[in-house]
Amino acid sequence: MKTWIAFANILIKDMRSYYLKPPNISWGLIFPVAWTLMFFLRSPVPVDVRDLLPGVIALSILFGTTSMLAVTITFERKSRSFERLLLAPISLNLLMLSKTSGAILFGVINAFIPIIFASFMTGLSGIRWPMVLGSVILIAITSTFMGLFIAVSVSQVFEAQTFSNSFRFPILFMCGLFIPLTDLPVFLLPVSYVLPLTYGVDILKTAINDNGLISVPLSFLSLAAFSVLLFAYSIYNVNRKWIH
Amino acid sequence: MEGVNFHINQGEIFGFLGPNGAGKTTTINMLTGLSKITSGTVKLLGEDYSRNVKKAQAMMGIVPDESNLYEELDGWENLGFCGALYGMDKNLREERASQLLHEFGLEEAARKPFKAYSKGMKRKLTIAAGIIHQPQILFLDEPTTGIDVAFARQIRNLIVDLHNKGTTIFLTTHYIEEAERLCERLAFIVQGKIVREGTVEELMQETQGENIVNFTLGGDFSEIDEDFRSYFPAYDIKMGRDNVVSIHSQSTFTLLPLVRFFEERDLPVYEAKIIRPSLEEVFVKVTGIELQKMQNQRGDR
Repeated sequence: MKTWIAFANILIKDMRSYYLKPPNISWGLIFPVAWTLMFFLRSPVPVDVRDLLPGVIALSILFGTTSMLAVTITFERKSRSFERLLLAPISLNLLMLSKTSGAILFGVINAFIPIIFASFMTGLSGIRWPMVLGSVILIAITSTFMGLFIAVSVSQVFEAQTFSNSFRFPILFMCGLFIPLTDLPVFLLPVSYVLPLTYGVDILKTAINDNGLISVPLSFLSLAAFSVLLFAYSIYNVNRKWIH
Repeated sequence: MEGVNFHINQGEIFGFLGPNGAGKTTTINMLTGLSKITSGTVKLLGEDYSRNVKKAQAMMGIVPDESNLYEELDGWENLGFCGALYGMDKNLREERASQLLHEFGLEEAARKPFKAYSKGMKRKLTIAAGIIHQPQILFLDEPTTGIDVAFARQIRNLIVDLHNKGTTIFLTTHYIEEAERLCERLAFIVQGKIVREGTVEELMQETQGENIVNFTLGGDFSEIDEDFRSYFPAYDIKMGRDNVVSIHSQSTFTLLPLVRFFEERDLPVYEAKIIRPSLEEVFVKVTGIELQKMQNQRGDR
């Protein structure tokens, strides 16, 4: 059995059916522009686009991946087409990897839209691109697996949206994007350090502006650990909840 | 589920008959890997795959009770995608998809999105998707429920064609006539238990020697059963619908005393019909489930 054929076709179908649809492409374009404008408008002093870049990249990935994956999987479960995938002779791990690969790819593409915009507005010299790429990929993976965690926890599409927002907004304020980690109240710091995005944003800050706080290897290791844990827990839940 | 023990011979159509909620779909889910088996074993071609159903899924085709293909994909894309899930190469997928669309009379609808298909067309394409990889055993869960008579007939013909080509078919239904017409062997399932299993002929043995005559009467006969039993202790009387009473006996009937009995009670006899026991009679006798209840369930669906 050539499992790679199943893997590739699930990925291609999801890209065509969900991620490369015009509304999603426009979301990928509008979202970073809106975030950048918001920062420009709310700041009393001139803002350097390069300072905004780590945050806009991270948020573009987080918002793009979590909602898309949670919604598409919940939708397929509701229409029972997901059963067709569970009945295919491919392992559950490979099946869930193929379902999440589309969202990961979508997240990575989303990350480069603000970079392209920024390249027209400011200089991007001195950026450590391999580090940017590594963190973008790992942020996309952890955010996607968070989406998977949400999808496994809900049964309705609207619940997926509501539940993902209950995750995303606290993450937004506690991962060092709006409020630097050094300015966070002490009691919130432990929460901040259990959020994968904290490490992703910090790597991006180091790679783009050289002002991160956490050691880069530690951040990469933490993101990888979050990815494995979230994926393993989601698979455990799929086995427990969807295969009765 | 408890005490579910049966075997299916290679190449046969095996029917699983029972009312809604009896456990038909649950059994399919356990056999195909959508539900966990807590105890017992499931063997396919002699190999136990109770704990690793993934190994056996390549040999299975599954057609669920509700069409579950992708609404946004067209017929051609849906078949191709389903073939890919079984690791089929692109050329082979395309060849099989063309062949199946032709065989199932869906060529003209091949490029229409699945959501634009009628219910019968959806069911046909779902069956085509279930056999694109040429499975050794095909699970059909209520294949004709909720579709019109013409499509149901076409689907029954397709099932017979697949059987003639050597596919083993596990068919669940609550249509007794369908089971009787299509299946070589049957199991009756009620409340998660198999209560009888055998060929249609073997199951019919249950009613062998039983004679039934149905009388269509006028007037109110709702309270004659006690009176009837005291006059004819060797006969059993059952009240049916549409002014019909059904008389069961192990010996042959003498009709005249029966007609006289009814007429003496101002119950004119409009019709007397001798009934050949059917699988329906066997099912009612074995399961104790009234036909009326089964028919109501059909309406519910």
